[in-house]
Amino acid sequence: MNALKPHLIRLAPQFAVLVAVVLLISLAFPDFLKLQIQNGRVYGSLVDVLNRGAPVALLAIGMTIVIATRGIDLSVGAVMAICGAVAAASITSGHSLVYTLALALAVGLLCGLWNGILVAVLDIQPIIATLVLMVAGRGIAQLITEGAILTFNDPGLIFIGSGSFLGLPMPVVIWLVFGIAVTLLVRRTALGMLIEALGINRRASTLSGVSTGVLLVAAYVLSGLCAAIAGIIAAADIKGADANNAGLWLELDAILAVVVGGNSLLGGRFSIAAALLGALIIQSINTGILLSGFPPEFNLIIKAAIIVLILVIQSPRIRDLAALFGRSESAEATVKQEAK
Amino acid sequence: MKLKTALASATILAACMFGSAQAADLTVGFSQIGSESGWRAAETTLTKQQAESRGIDLKFADAQQKQENQIKALRSFIAQGVDAILVAPVVATGWDDVLTEAKDAEIPVILLDRTVDSSEDLYMTAVTSDLVHEGNVAGKWLVDAVAGKPCNVVELQGTTGSSPAIDRKKGFEEALAGHDNLKIIRSQTGDFTRTKGKEVMESFLKAEDGGKNICALYAHNDDMAVGAIQAIKEAGLKPGTDILVVSIDAVPDIFQAMAAGEANATVELTPNMAGPAFDALAAFKKDGTLPPKWIQTESKLYTQKDDPMKVYEEKKGLGY
Repeated sequence: MNALKPHLIRLAPQFAVLVAVVLLISLAFPDFLKLQIQNGRVYGSLVDVLNRGAPVALLAIGMTIVIATRGIDLSVGAVMAICGAVAAASITSGHSLVYTLALALAVGLLCGLWNGILVAVLDIQPIIATLVLMVAGRGIAQLITEGAILTFNDPGLIFIGSGSFLGLPMPVVIWLVFGIAVTLLVRRTALGMLIEALGINRRASTLSGVSTGVLLVAAYVLSGLCAAIAGIIAAADIKGADANNAGLWLELDAILAVVVGGNSLLGGRFSIAAALLGALIIQSINTGILLSGFPPEFNLIIKAAIIVLILVIQSPRIRDLAALFGRSESAEATVKQEAK
Repeated sequence: MKLKTALASATILAACMFGSAQAADLTVGFSQIGSESGWRAAETTLTKQQAESRGIDLKFADAQQKQENQIKALRSFIAQGVDAILVAPVVATGWDDVLTEAKDAEIPVILLDRTVDSSEDLYMTAVTSDLVHEGNVAGKWLVDAVAGKPCNVVELQGTTGSSPAIDRKKGFEEALAGHDNLKIIRSQTGDFTRTKGKEVMESFLKAEDGGKNICALYAHNDDMAVGAIQAIKEAGLKPGTDILVVSIDAVPDIFQAMAAGEANATVELTPNMAGPAFDALAAFKKDGTLPPKWIQTESKLYTQKDDPMKVYEEKKGLGY
């Protein structure tokens, strides 16, 4: 329990915000918290939040690691489109499900490797290096689908998008399992610490014997893999690969999730769980807006207002002010006591 | 040097002969926006087919969603001295200069599927569909289909602020006006995509008593309807029976859904904009008849009775 305590303190602000957002929505729309079993699966708005949040949650896992190395990966949305297109093209041309999944994941790894080499070996700034694939990726995906929405009917592939396991939708199971696996991988080994060291000072870590080049490439490869899984889910969900729209602007949502999760864009210390909570906060807001019945013109304004509020509350200045306020109050209390 | 001059004059001579041999036929330049959607790919395919069947030499330029590329393409068409120019303008503004150049060169310009903000005398005609009318046709179908019974409608709008979203909403509402049994209870944007269509429909179903309160869905395009149909199925309801589905565009996939009884009706946005354009051009070249400034394409209604599988097979190869 004591070992868990610092983690819980770290996650407390994000958890509080998530609870606040969910409560706010359920005030306006009481059925939001209602869960029921339908067709052998849990059914309700909360499940929708977990399910629709899957792509951003998966992207946020990889993005957290990349941002911890003081980098950024703008290409994830486009990599989603590429991998979705590859999966659809492979399954429609008659390949087996296993081959299709392996191929799509391999393409994701390859995209990550490309980014990693640009950043680690050629020393190009991450924002520029990954911008290349962000721009080119959608074009590549369109080449694969030949500009159309490539639809498929393979029950195995569709299961990944809309099937269920233990009553939960498959995408939810996938991002939960993947999130836990990556967290264990970086926290049960020295990897996490090495990544943080690399993010804080790459030169110092290299000099202390950390193979920073390999680590850096590995971070982008992981991000590519996350994008590939998200891309397969997005395609399986609509039974088709939509090269124009799959993952469009999701890189920004993923970065936002990482930041709302309290991770610094300057690299260093990171928390995957916090980023996942960030992703859930964003998706709760999205789902809440859809349920609210406001005209669509308000969607983005409401979302922006809530996010500004969350970020302001988290900002160090406000925290300092709050601390100052708290201290002056206690100071006043002592003064009063002394006066007595 | 001599050889070069000889070669050059030979080329010019050949060009003249070639030119005169082709004089009977028309050379038309076509500046397409790019490949932004399946519908546009189908429009490109049909334009090429139409040109081929009429013996028109079509010069095709893909602008990759950039107006500057379209203006460059138009200037090169003018320089080549084509007989007419078809253009699907990517944006509405900024065409005055290049259209004036075409007018000065006496090359008629026909706008396809979108219009521009330039003065009407700068182009010959515009071939477009009437977006308001499309919404109207969809609305009328629904009014007839429910036949006076009370019906709660949910609406999946296109991208907020886009002209198809505004006009298709307007046309649908006009058709429903005066029929108090039909009420639009929820309306939200699905950004014209399957993913958002599915996500928004899921929230509609949750918000309206698991969908029991919804009698019909109106989607501003077929892709959103296809996504919504999946959401309806996953909620344990029958699309097409429990919830009527009507949408616009008539892309091949909606015909598959109609054949399976999961969608009820779609209004066609025909990708054959070039056919009427070439007809107008032929009439103009023959005896100088000027077409009206706006040629409206037909907004045809397809229902489950129209042999959806057959239409699907016809449309499949067009590149949607």
